[in-house]
Amino acid sequence: MSDDGRILTLTPEEWTAVALSLEVALKSILFSLPVAILAGWWLGRRRFLGKSVVDAFVHLPFVLPPVVTGYVLLLLFGVKGPLGSLLNDWFGMRLAFTTAGATLATAVMTFPLMVRAIRLSAGAVDRGLEDAARTLGAGPFDRFFSITLPLMVPGIAAAAMTAFAAALGEFGAVITFAASIPGETQTLPLAIYGALQNPGGEETAARLSIVSFVLALTGLFASERIAHRAHAWQG
Amino acid sequence: MLRIDIAKQLGAFGLEAKFEAEEHGAILVFGASGAGKSCLLAAIAGLIKPDRGRIEIAGDILFDAGRAIDVPAEARRIGCVFQDARLFPHMSVRTNLEYGSRRRKEHKPAASFDGVVALLGIGNLLERRPRTLSGGERQRVAIGRALLSNPRLLLLDEPLASLDDPRKAEILPFLERLRDELGIPMLYVTHSMDEVARMADHLVLLDHGKVAAAGPAGALSGRLDLPLLIDRPDVGAILLGSVAAHDDARSVTCVTVGAAEFLLSHIDLPAGHAVRLRVLARDVAVATRRPEGLSVQNVLPCRLNAIADRPNGRCLLQLDLGGAALLALLTADSVHRLQLQPGQEVFALVKSVASSALV
Repeated sequence: MSDDGRILTLTPEEWTAVALSLEVALKSILFSLPVAILAGWWLGRRRFLGKSVVDAFVHLPFVLPPVVTGYVLLLLFGVKGPLGSLLNDWFGMRLAFTTAGATLATAVMTFPLMVRAIRLSAGAVDRGLEDAARTLGAGPFDRFFSITLPLMVPGIAAAAMTAFAAALGEFGAVITFAASIPGETQTLPLAIYGALQNPGGEETAARLSIVSFVLALTGLFASERIAHRAHAWQG
Repeated sequence: MLRIDIAKQLGAFGLEAKFEAEEHGAILVFGASGAGKSCLLAAIAGLIKPDRGRIEIAGDILFDAGRAIDVPAEARRIGCVFQDARLFPHMSVRTNLEYGSRRRKEHKPAASFDGVVALLGIGNLLERRPRTLSGGERQRVAIGRALLSNPRLLLLDEPLASLDDPRKAEILPFLERLRDELGIPMLYVTHSMDEVARMADHLVLLDHGKVAAAGPAGALSGRLDLPLLIDRPDVGAILLGSVAAHDDARSVTCVTVGAAEFLLSHIDLPAGHAVRLRVLARDVAVATRRPEGLSVQNVLPCRLNAIADRPNGRCLLQLDLGGAALLALLTADSVHRLQLQPGQEVFALVKSVASSALV
């Protein structure tokens, strides 16, 4: 194989970074989506005392520099941190500098994005339909799962896709909280950054950038399709 | 008995509604926009909570502020048909129809799925999505969905208001059949006198958040003291009668209302069948002697009960047909010229009668 051929072929290390990125992004969405749906619904539909405080708290990772978010996570979930030491003592679980930690950092960073989109879609669900369901005998949980949630699906799908794209690109919080350990916490952007730090790493950086480009485009098209289908399904 | 006595303050608007009605046939709540009709229905359905008062249906107390009783809407078994149908967009027509019945399996339905589908003529729509239906079709599906949820009372909130006239004409016969065939009492809110005339057994007049009058439709429609009914160009009496006989040679039907007999163009109903008549006050003239050589078919002897002055030099007369009241709108000049006085025996000349079947 010539040198020209190799430029488009990923090395095993690069494949690892790609796979890890997908794994971290997917897991972070899976874990934070249910919470984001509840939080989005809660913020979009309910009035309660201290709502603005909760709202601001949810949005913190969105407005803080990612490095600060990573640092706060390190303080809280580091092995000596209040939450990190509990996790370590009770479950023998370590988050800082692990894949799980990278997933947590990514989930925290994309959470506000999801809540914002889901909150809008929760607010847009016609309350008249929920009233109609009530008069037909549906209690609160029944109404949520048979009417509200299905009608939020386009918003939820859009939120998940946007968050997935953002998760693939998450950098600051991950590198601060989980560092850049190949095969463990070194996701695509971290690998690209790492490659650029090394003399002769340009080829790796270029290949991984092309992969990022393809992933981003694929995600964009997929989210378009999903949104389209969700609307059609919704009637 | 349906017993309502509630108060609700919503911003500057206050609703204070108190009335009783037999749970039988159609109870029409009539009032202008903003009179509090929808608010009243929402309170009965349990979708808004009154500030105080009581709601009782057939001995069951659904709301009593004094005793802290507030049965949630989902447990009230009160079916609602909203003005805007409110079909669930992510479900087929069939799933919409079954939404309520699935959740109330413990009650034996008053009407079967197939029966309701046939009654409303929606058999060919079952697999479609609400988005693809016309306004009239949507409203019929909404009525079916409410019926199949096995309600003890059906609330209809201006079910025809968002439809154009041909669609209204399409739905009204279904509503009449519903009232007459299923035996589910209905509380029907409207600002249309046509719907009142065709549907009402019992009438509740709502004016600025208060009940101005409530009672049998025929009795209320003959009164001279209800601005909501007489301050309109189509003021008139609603008469409940029955088919007495057909004269096939003349192609007319004789309908008796109390002691009076009306001749109408042929109605395709058997003798003894109940019929609802509407006679507009402007279609009734009055004569002091029986006139002759007249094309008007219905010349009815009656007693002049009362005269009310109306704007623009008009007078509204209440005529007693022997148990039922007829209204006549005359010029004040005519009243003066004929020297009409309450208590006088006169003849009512009825130029036109609208009829609709009743069971």
